[in-house]
Amino acid sequence: MRFIFKTSYVQDLALFRDRAQRNWYVALFIALLALPRLLPEYLGDISLVFIYALCGMALMVLVGYTGLVSLGHSAFLGIGAYAHVYFTQDLGMPWLAAVALAATVTAAAGMLVGLPALRMTGVYLTIATLAFALIIQEVLTRWDRVTGGLRGKPVQKAVVFGLSVGNEAGFYFLCLGFLIGCLWLTCNLLRSPTGRAWVAIRDSEVAAQSMGVNLAVYKTIAFAYSAGLMGVAGALFAHKISFLAPDIFSVLLSIQFLLMVAVGGLGSLHGAVFGAVFVALLPVVISQARDAVPVWAGQVFGVFGKDAGRAVFSVVDRFVKQPGLEPGIFGLILVLFILFEPLGVYGRWMKLRLYFSTFPLYKRATFKRQRAYMRSERLR
Amino acid sequence: MRGGGGAALEIILQLVLNGLAVGCIYGLVALGFVLIYKATELVNFAQGDLMMLGAFTCYMLIVWYGFGYWTAFTLAVVAVALFGAVLDAAVLRRVLGQPQFAVVMLTIGLGATFRSFASITWGSEIYTLPTPFSARATMVGGVSVSHEYVAIIVGTFLLCAVLYVFFTHTKIGVAMQAASQNQLAAYYMGIPVKRMFSLIWAISAGVAAIAGVLLAPVSLIDTNLGFIGLKAFAAAVLGGFGSIPGAVVGGLTIGLIELYAGAYLPQGFKDVAAYVVLLVVLAVRPQGMFGTVGRKKV
Repeated sequence: MRFIFKTSYVQDLALFRDRAQRNWYVALFIALLALPRLLPEYLGDISLVFIYALCGMALMVLVGYTGLVSLGHSAFLGIGAYAHVYFTQDLGMPWLAAVALAATVTAAAGMLVGLPALRMTGVYLTIATLAFALIIQEVLTRWDRVTGGLRGKPVQKAVVFGLSVGNEAGFYFLCLGFLIGCLWLTCNLLRSPTGRAWVAIRDSEVAAQSMGVNLAVYKTIAFAYSAGLMGVAGALFAHKISFLAPDIFSVLLSIQFLLMVAVGGLGSLHGAVFGAVFVALLPVVISQARDAVPVWAGQVFGVFGKDAGRAVFSVVDRFVKQPGLEPGIFGLILVLFILFEPLGVYGRWMKLRLYFSTFPLYKRATFKRQRAYMRSERLR
Repeated sequence: MRGGGGAALEIILQLVLNGLAVGCIYGLVALGFVLIYKATELVNFAQGDLMMLGAFTCYMLIVWYGFGYWTAFTLAVVAVALFGAVLDAAVLRRVLGQPQFAVVMLTIGLGATFRSFASITWGSEIYTLPTPFSARATMVGGVSVSHEYVAIIVGTFLLCAVLYVFFTHTKIGVAMQAASQNQLAAYYMGIPVKRMFSLIWAISAGVAAIAGVLLAPVSLIDTNLGFIGLKAFAAAVLGGFGSIPGAVVGGLTIGLIELYAGAYLPQGFKDVAAYVVLLVVLAVRPQGMFGTVGRKKV
């Protein structure tokens, strides 16, 4: 185990902890740049991972750092996507200006939700954002003139500074650029007084307030920033799916975003990215497994005779091809993570790293969480 | 002139009846939320899905295995109640004392798992539940009183009366109230808090199952039946989350508002009326009509 002995304040400002960490990130960056050459057939999926990572980051700021649980982020994504398409296609704005404006509009919507949210605590807020998401979905359906209603709205290819980003590699780099930019921005914001105020609010509102944190201001900023990021993600998402319809932005999408945050690991930007990788790639894995698992099962049971193998194959095949299976798998994974690894993938990674760096001295109790049985939100 | 006025009055009365019936269902699901929230401070996002499981179980018993309506009703409610107790003992007890977020995510995950289970077991078709009150109505003063709706309203009020007596006049009921006020203190007083929690989950799941079976003849049974739970949230919040009469009154209010919005407001308002009311209530009076929300002690 090594400790960084800081000798100047500049070291506190550094983005990376030490040279080794910086080199790892540089290596990752180079790998990402080379990826279109290495995995050309998966570029579409990886672009989606980047967009989801943006969404995860937006939600992480709110849920993981400020402690406000929102089920309304699908609505912010929807607002961003529709606003962006409306600005570029109906009003003919330049692409980047439209993205910026879409982010502003979404941030304003976030502020609108955030204002009443100041009076709510805990689960009330979650329910309020849920109601907001359902209302917005209805608005997207009914406001024909702008959104195209149930008929949907086709999205043209992105044209950035006169360059058409039609091909998958171009779009991949666009998403990568936005992701890195937003990660850098968020990372710095979280290290600033604003970020520290958010964390203080998350850990204890009363304590934060008594330290001079203005709850109203910082909660509203958190909502607006989170929604604004969602707006950027929405603009990219619109191009990714290339056809907007109101039922895409359903509550289930919000739940997926929360799943991302929970599975990735609350309270870390790494977690948001890990969660995005997980959520975006799980359907790919499931669809591969749908074909592979019955064959394996058939082969395994094939040792008991050909008929047994064939029977098992057909039973497993019928079970695996059920359309309702996928959300169930998502739900089950979520349940297992909450029960057995509340810190998520990133938490598991931290534990592994600590295990090896403190090798014979690792204590399980290091990560043990305190429980509070008397914490009542009601006074009687 | 008089004829027209009479017709308008009849429409209004009809809407009141239908609204009350729908509202009772919301109230019952909201009651389930409130019971669990009061006792354990967990918010169960899977309540609507428990309702769906109840409706499906009843359907399966009647149509697949040929049980009578009342037998199937009882068996379904008991089965779902047992399931609720097992769910608490096996899964939810582990997250007691953990942050709200964990619980919210856990129950959302459970809900998704139940929906998936239902669609695998019973298929994704839409079913109708045959009942003794199906498709029958009596005309009372120009208002067609559907027997299904009467069953819902009567069932809700009977259930509320039973629950009221249970919570105020039985030893277990009082012990539950104690456990909900302070888990540790109740434990020190010799109340088996864990068993109380399992019991309250059983009751809550049973109430959800009753709501599901009562609702099934009116709205059809499919795996998305559980999304009614979202509107029941509005009912629970409107009544103040921790209040049992509040849940029922909130449910009735939401039911009435929804039907009137459907009748008199432009298209599209019916589906969101409940949520608009919810947002307004939360913004203006977050503790709801009957609720008590205080500041958290540090």
